[in-house]
Amino acid sequence: MADSGDPEGAGPKDGIVQAKNEGREMTKEEKQRMRKEKKQQKKSKEKKDDKGSQEGGKEKKQSSSDPPSAQPTTHNNTQKAPSAVPAPVPVPAPETAAPADKPAKSKGELKAERRARQEAERASKQGKKGDAGQQAATGKPKAPPSELQPVVKRLPEHVQVDNPEVLRKLAKKLERQQIPLRSDYGYKVSLFSHLHQYSRKAPLTQQLGIPSTVIHPVIVRLGLQYSQGIVAGSNARSVALLHAFKQVIRDYTTPPNEELSRDLVNKLKPYISFLNQCRPLSASMGNAIKYIKKEISNIPSQCKEEEAKTKLLNCIECYINEKIVLAAKAIAKYSIEKISDGDVILVYGCSSLVNHILCEAFEKDRKFRVIVVDSRPRLEGREALRRLVQRGISCTYVLISAVSYILPEVSKVFLGAHALLANGYVMSRVGTSQIALVAKTFNVPVLVCCETYKFCERVQTDSFVSNELDDPDDLIVTRKGKTQLEHWQQVPLLGLLNLVYDVTPPDFVDLVITDLGMIPCTSVPVVLRVKNVDQ
Amino acid sequence: MELQAVLMAAGGGSRMTDLTYNTPKPMLPVGNKPLMWYPLNLLERVGFEEVIVITTKEVQKMMTTDPKMKLDVKMKLDVVCIQEDGDMGTADALRHIHQKIKTDILVVSCDLITDVALHEVVDLFRAHNATLAMLMSKAHEFTETVPGQKGKKKTAEQRDFVGVDQSGKRLLFMANEADLEDGLSIRKSIMRKHPRMLIKTGLVDAHLYCLKKAVVDFLADNKSISSIRGELVPYMVRKQFSKSTTNQTIKDDAEEQNEKKNEGSTNHELIISSRDESLIQLAQERSCWNDHRGDMSEAYHGGKLRCYVHIMDQGLCYRVNTLAAYIDANRLAPKLFDEPAVHPSAVISERCQMGSDSIFGALCQVAEKTSIKRSTIGNSTTVKEKVKVTNSIIMHGVTIEEGCNIQGSVICSNAVIGRGADLKYCLVGNGQRIEPEAERTNEVIVGTDQLMEI
Repeated sequence: MADSGDPEGAGPKDGIVQAKNEGREMTKEEKQRMRKEKKQQKKSKEKKDDKGSQEGGKEKKQSSSDPPSAQPTTHNNTQKAPSAVPAPVPVPAPETAAPADKPAKSKGELKAERRARQEAERASKQGKKGDAGQQAATGKPKAPPSELQPVVKRLPEHVQVDNPEVLRKLAKKLERQQIPLRSDYGYKVSLFSHLHQYSRKAPLTQQLGIPSTVIHPVIVRLGLQYSQGIVAGSNARSVALLHAFKQVIRDYTTPPNEELSRDLVNKLKPYISFLNQCRPLSASMGNAIKYIKKEISNIPSQCKEEEAKTKLLNCIECYINEKIVLAAKAIAKYSIEKISDGDVILVYGCSSLVNHILCEAFEKDRKFRVIVVDSRPRLEGREALRRLVQRGISCTYVLISAVSYILPEVSKVFLGAHALLANGYVMSRVGTSQIALVAKTFNVPVLVCCETYKFCERVQTDSFVSNELDDPDDLIVTRKGKTQLEHWQQVPLLGLLNLVYDVTPPDFVDLVITDLGMIPCTSVPVVLRVKNVDQ
Repeated sequence: MELQAVLMAAGGGSRMTDLTYNTPKPMLPVGNKPLMWYPLNLLERVGFEEVIVITTKEVQKMMTTDPKMKLDVKMKLDVVCIQEDGDMGTADALRHIHQKIKTDILVVSCDLITDVALHEVVDLFRAHNATLAMLMSKAHEFTETVPGQKGKKKTAEQRDFVGVDQSGKRLLFMANEADLEDGLSIRKSIMRKHPRMLIKTGLVDAHLYCLKKAVVDFLADNKSISSIRGELVPYMVRKQFSKSTTNQTIKDDAEEQNEKKNEGSTNHELIISSRDESLIQLAQERSCWNDHRGDMSEAYHGGKLRCYVHIMDQGLCYRVNTLAAYIDANRLAPKLFDEPAVHPSAVISERCQMGSDSIFGALCQVAEKTSIKRSTIGNSTTVKEKVKVTNSIIMHGVTIEEGCNIQGSVICSNAVIGRGADLKYCLVGNGQRIEPEAERTNEVIVGTDQLMEI
């Protein structure tokens, strides 16, 4: 990235076409592009200006990128801190500000310097299109690249299944950790052949010994529950994961000559690989794991084992309490303001948060009725329906094919989210984007409820790049004793596709209700940055 | 540690006394391997490294001398001896080793020969956090003629009625015909929660149970339960739907136990709870999964005690507790393993006609002009010339003189069959001598000392 000037010819054209379609989009896209070009210019400028201090800066950068990844993020965070103050430029490019000079000068001077530079660059490079579009579409961006070193942007393994190299690396890694490799099942539709597809009938425990000694039994149980769908739903999976980690920490003893802070993290790595093999980790789980790893690494080495363990257990308890339980309460409080008497609310699938909100609203004596939209093959709406009806809320139940029939009656749509991506897209159960699209056409407000711990730094604009393929046999249904798709594998041109997630663009979403308040979809990156600053 | 394996090898073999009066049941040779080797092999293959073996002193002695057990079993066997004549049921035995049990257990009986994928049973135990997970199999008809059986085979002994839910995994009802006097009655609470129940008979209980540690603790307190199969399992299946377990509120472990102590009740409840119960509850609440649909209750109807069963429909599963089962097992057990039919140390002359499904044990000597078809020849057995052995089981150390014709019989260890004897469907007991030129059909030939034992 340090060397590229304007590599993408296609990128800008897409940007223009898009800009013509959506007025709002253009300014955001433009802003993104401007941000990118500013970064590049700063790099080229700094290369010229700070040649002398480059060596020193390089060493610093290298030394700072050697220790665990927590360090560079904190390094960058200190950069971001001064720029968190709202500036005329909504997103100044603090990450790539000259790190070499930073320690020397004071915060105020740096800010002023940067602002001046940005104004100058914006004025000179007005209208130049960068490669903003391309960057947005690549996989998980890591800590922003240092301009002194070319950064290898690695695609995560789980979206490169059709690359034998990657598979070989994965197999080696799993072998090292003594975890069996789960083999893919069935014919994969070519568009999604880069993703894993597992069969529920071939659980990973087939290849594990009984009793499991390599992997803690609680983790084996958790993996089984994930792969069989007994624990499903973003919040449930995170809570179950943290519960399992609590057991692991309780049963852990530091081996001699090892430090708890380093050894425990290494112990957790194979468990996480195992859980990943059972079912790809969700964004919320990923954030929870990051948090725990950070907490573990931050344990001072002179801390005694018992103390450290109690501290970690408390941290986990706090995390669950704050990020899930209290967040749900806060979101419910905000949402209830948005629910008025006589409302007809549409919900899709079974989102624990939306169910919680509706139950709370009903407790607070709001008069509304609910329409539950459901879809095959999971039919999660039935569970949502049961929970709402049990409380006494009057509900209607339709399948997603009838959503445009039922929408004229609806006054609001409440959707849950699996994750909120950094570019404002909402990743949720497959079918959500359909509902949002139809609701937009009918001019019905769409409100997405999501806790902040589900905010993810990934960026995605389509549902193909990164998704999850569920067991294709789930689509087979038996009616009147006949199973038409029983031998689908023998039909040469037939493929069964069972997608789990899809992404909804932010234009279809009117409001995101989080525990920090009610924000528009485009403010997600701001929240992410604020979160990083806090940490 | 996840599971501790417990092998019950103290049973007497009460249904096949002719075979077991001299050799204890766990050491009966099946396919030239001692019977208890099969479950041990199953456990070893799956990955167990330690097994607690509950057996008698006699069996322990024999185990140490038997070559197969010494060489092939690589696991660490923790042998616990109990009184042979004591009336110890399987549950009593568990109570006896209560101190050794630190975690959930897997109880196996010594007479189980199976090739089940054990992870199927254990996965049910793990995934649903079940209190009991057991293995059952479709019963096979025994096809071989049983020696010594007079008249037609009796109608099947007391049947077992097993009720499962729609998925076929959750165990709802279990009763033996003997306990049902006025017919089968099913409680309304079960029907309300599981309106569709499949009741199956004709299932063989493999006596392989995964039990939670809480159950062992419960057994330690409740001395009235003596048999796992007969009393504990039906009790737990019934307890799934009793009011007290379903209305259990979430309390701390300590609180509950204190309450129970204060009550001073003799009926100690089966307490299924764990630390962080609130977190488990939270995860379950937030999860959009339910094990049933159609009513207003949450997953598992809020019950904490759950019993699951895995019913095998394919594959081998034998309980060798009757003579017929023993004969059938001998026929099929060798097929489980890819071992050569003829032991390398056996001396077999070239002019012997060997059928392909015959097995020959170590150090056996077979002379020429013999014909051995569909039979098992034990270790150190001598078979002289012109002998015809068909469909039979010859155990260790037997001598068969010239010209004998043995068909469909079981010859126990150290017996001597005189020359020219003609045995059809006979059972020759341990150490017996059959006089030359004897002609016996469908007889059980045992010594007088055994007849005295009643």
